[in-house]
Amino acid sequence: MNNSKVMPMTDQATTRDWQSHPPYLYPEYRSTPLRAPTRPLIPIRHRLSETTGPVYGHEAVGPLDADLTKNARRNGEPLGERIVVTGRLLDEEGRPLRNTLVEVWQANAAGRYVHLVDQHDAPLDPNFLGAGRCVTDEEGRYRFYTIKPGAYPWGNHPNAWRPLHIHFSLLGPTIASRLVTQMYFPGDPLLDFDPIYQGTPENARERLISRFELGVTEPDFALGYVFDIVLRGRGETPFENRS
Amino acid sequence: MSELLKQTPSQTVGPYFAYGLTAEQYRYPFTQIASGKVADDTVPGTHIRIVGRIFDGEGKPVPDAMVEIWQADGEGRYAHPADSSEGARGSNTGFKGFGRQGTGVDPENRFHFETVKPGSVGEGEAPHITVIVFMRGLLTHAYTRIYFADEAERNAADPVLQSVPEERRATLLAEPDPDTHGLYRFDIHMQGEKETVFFNV
Repeated sequence: MNNSKVMPMTDQATTRDWQSHPPYLYPEYRSTPLRAPTRPLIPIRHRLSETTGPVYGHEAVGPLDADLTKNARRNGEPLGERIVVTGRLLDEEGRPLRNTLVEVWQANAAGRYVHLVDQHDAPLDPNFLGAGRCVTDEEGRYRFYTIKPGAYPWGNHPNAWRPLHIHFSLLGPTIASRLVTQMYFPGDPLLDFDPIYQGTPENARERLISRFELGVTEPDFALGYVFDIVLRGRGETPFENRS
Repeated sequence: MSELLKQTPSQTVGPYFAYGLTAEQYRYPFTQIASGKVADDTVPGTHIRIVGRIFDGEGKPVPDAMVEIWQADGEGRYAHPADSSEGARGSNTGFKGFGRQGTGVDPENRFHFETVKPGSVGEGEAPHITVIVFMRGLLTHAYTRIYFADEAERNAADPVLQSVPEERRATLLAEPDPDTHGLYRFDIHMQGEKETVFFNV
């Protein structure tokens, strides 16, 4: 490599913390053995391609997108337990990630996904899709109204059931901060048997469990759950030398 | 500096992401923020299509993956505030540089991106596109890059491509289709002899 050239570069974003994230291969989750990369990842020094990323804000969100109890109604209200899910999106330095897109999807109260591939023998709800999105506020806070998802069986092993969960997708400030994760509910007995949850390093798993909060709970309306999300840091400065 | 907060762990996208993340592509009654059309016709540059499949360890195409791409425009500018090059942001509103496609709609489980060939982002860097792969069975997403096989000279100088063992570099090259102008083929192999290079981004 010719080191005499000036390579445009910015400060490194913080690294992916492999003590926090699940490994690619976790054989108890039976979809991993044929899909996990087998060779070591190649390290990459962050340049502009890693310190930039797609920017989506309010223009990406429709008026009902953050209320899953309303955004797919046809002839009434969706069935199930109405809940509020809220939390803050932060980077590792604790800075709020403002005006940042949060996408969610989930099963309905009966544990059935709208997805055509899901053949679980449980009813669809004509008034519930289970998809939503919103943008964080000045404190990095997001907020959804939804229906508490049900557990559902899957084919991983005999009598396998996924714990209650809501899928989250975050773009964050750069392509390196991209995160797709799942939020679980406190006290769910299925967590002990779930290879997706258990595949996460033991000291990091509990970060995936939301907490019930009376302060977020709305009287006579909906229980409140809080799920804070921490993304990789941004790297400090947007300045760089370009030729 | 105070102690850093701990990163929230990744979890798999699972098999049922389509109505949440790629609803229009899969014809669910919801919108999506990004699609396979990364650049519309008004965007200046060389318009190209990138088509490919993802193969598992048995060589079977993966029907339930999601692929995202992130790239600079034809002049090497990212639509992001960290790109301080002249006219980087807001000057090309038809071009966000971000695409997202599921593999479950095409009958052969291909992904399709319509875009422009990216320019070089910085001196010494060959044109490239960042790719993120998500699927059931991937607890954490995988990053790779697309380079272009018809950029041999610039590829030979690219610091990232050159950091990859020589015998594996071809896994990162999109090949121009000899019969269709502007069409590139880029397959991703999760495992096996042709296992794609994945990066620790």
